[in-house]
Amino acid sequence: MLTRISTYFYRRPNLSLALLLGLPLLYMFVVYLGSLFALLLNSFYYLEEFTGLVVREFTLRTYVTVFSPTNLGIFGRTAGMAAAVTIADALIAFPLAYYIAKFASRRARTWLYIAVTVPLWSSYLVRVYSWKLILAKEGILSWFINLFHMNFLLDWLLSLPEIGGSSLSLSPIGMFIAFCYIWLPYMIVPIQTALERVPKSLIEASGDLGASASQTFRKVILPLAYPGVIAGSIFTFSLTLGDFIVPQSLGNSRFFIGQAVYSHQGTSGNIPLAAALTMGPVVIMIIYLLLARKTGAFDAL
Amino acid sequence: MTNPAIQFEKISRHFGDVKAVDEVDLEIRDGEFFSMLGPSGSGKTTCLRMIAGFDRPTSGRILLYGQDVSDLPPFQRDVNTVFQDYALFPHMTIEGNIGYGLMIKKVPVSERKRQVDEMLDLVQLPGFHWRKPSQLSGGQRQRVALARALINHPKVLLLDEPLGALDLKLRQQMQVELKAIQKKVGITFIFVTHDQEEALTMSDRIAVFRDGKIEQIGTPAEIYERPATTFVAGFVGTSNLISGETAKRITGDARMFSVRPEKIHLATANEKIPAEMYSADGVVREVIYLGLYTRYMVELDGGETLVVIEQNLKSTSMDVLKAKDQPTRLLWSKDHINHLGA
Repeated sequence: MLTRISTYFYRRPNLSLALLLGLPLLYMFVVYLGSLFALLLNSFYYLEEFTGLVVREFTLRTYVTVFSPTNLGIFGRTAGMAAAVTIADALIAFPLAYYIAKFASRRARTWLYIAVTVPLWSSYLVRVYSWKLILAKEGILSWFINLFHMNFLLDWLLSLPEIGGSSLSLSPIGMFIAFCYIWLPYMIVPIQTALERVPKSLIEASGDLGASASQTFRKVILPLAYPGVIAGSIFTFSLTLGDFIVPQSLGNSRFFIGQAVYSHQGTSGNIPLAAALTMGPVVIMIIYLLLARKTGAFDAL
Repeated sequence: MTNPAIQFEKISRHFGDVKAVDEVDLEIRDGEFFSMLGPSGSGKTTCLRMIAGFDRPTSGRILLYGQDVSDLPPFQRDVNTVFQDYALFPHMTIEGNIGYGLMIKKVPVSERKRQVDEMLDLVQLPGFHWRKPSQLSGGQRQRVALARALINHPKVLLLDEPLGALDLKLRQQMQVELKAIQKKVGITFIFVTHDQEEALTMSDRIAVFRDGKIEQIGTPAEIYERPATTFVAGFVGTSNLISGETAKRITGDARMFSVRPEKIHLATANEKIPAEMYSADGVVREVIYLGLYTRYMVELDGGETLVVIEQNLKSTSMDVLKAKDQPTRLLWSKDHINHLGA
């Protein structure tokens, strides 16, 4: 019986393929892209102020609200934070990923890999709240800084306009630190994977042809790891763009996109505005991906 | 007299307890095509990597044209390498790959271009400038790797089993080409291989490696005709090794000797034995017809089995297969035996 079934499928490769891909494709198009489309549709409706009801007719007036100075400020702030987090994570992740991929022994590599991914096993909320404690005015970080008599540095940082605040946990700096920590594994893993695919002989060849270690790094290692950096940056950038837990728990009262969306769809029931605001990160990501493609990051994929 | 291109003075390289290279002394002459031949793990590649500078000797000195380079990093040594996997930079064009060494040396672009053109002509890939390594075949990549190394005019070119990944026809063609290029540029080539035929084809001299030591150094003819040890006799080509009672019966001397299968003549059972020949009687046990030649396994009366190869100059497969299970007399010239040490 089983033999007959497998023979049947063997003779009909297209049917086998359809059965294999059918469900995932259905999910992809109906649930995944469908919900995005619903979002887009909703962003062209508007909320009637007096009745508090959504009016389902095509209009651009919700988008006019999106481009208000307040909302543009939110976009700018969020994109700036996402960019800063991405750059910082790339700078932290690269040396670590390089070490894991090229120098660590097999055993050390396994342990480092576990160390990088272990935070992902615990709840993200727990980690955000522990950062809240670490960064608090009486928290362990301040205590540590105090120990080394570096208070003046902390005070100076917190006194900076825009990014400062009354304490680390209540300032954008603290939010930046927490973001960097939370998304770091998403940067390390792709870079490490990219570096692992660079054969050792390429690095040796570069040295053999007269390049010093720093020249080899710039001319060979960095260009080959670049797709990994871009892949990692897509994670860190988009995750920061859409997050609303960290800005809610840390930092000051100024909104980020995620928070804005959350409050519009939740408390005020303004789903069209929430949808339109969500289109912001989508557009930003599309622009980002197009720019990344221009630099040739996807050629190696 | 010029200094030797490469000189090893008691070079050892240990990896933990393993002596990959064990007190090797070696002299490679200026301008020669030198092969390091041996099975995997015999230390030949480690020797090459120490010349390039990718590995450092545990003890001993390496001299490059008289200059001690033991402590110099690869980028300060005047040697270049053609890697086993070619190691072409996948993100660069062919022009970028070949010109890499010149770019590092900050040679002006126009001069770099001229030399890249010259190299592409040398390796017979004119017009390949803008392709990427992934668009080339194995043989073409091989040529690019060669051009990329040669453009720097190294004092010594190191080749680490560069033909290993190519198919037989292409490999034979590249062997001839490599040798021609070496003659043309006049650079000392050091070639690592485990393929004895490759080593015999191209080399001026061969060093046979085994367990981190050199068993024998000599010209291809010396290595083949006069192997110094049983290992060399067995690794380079096929050899019949005869010792003890049988050796005494044949030569009157119990010392072990080797004789190549193609040197032995398969005669009829009672053929007359000429004075300048040794002989041994036996029975043909196996006949393997291989087109160009036939391989016979002959069991001697003493019990040993000898391999005999005869070209099929006049015979057909029908003729040779009849020899099976027939008694035979083997004859070979006394000049063709080679006494072996231990």
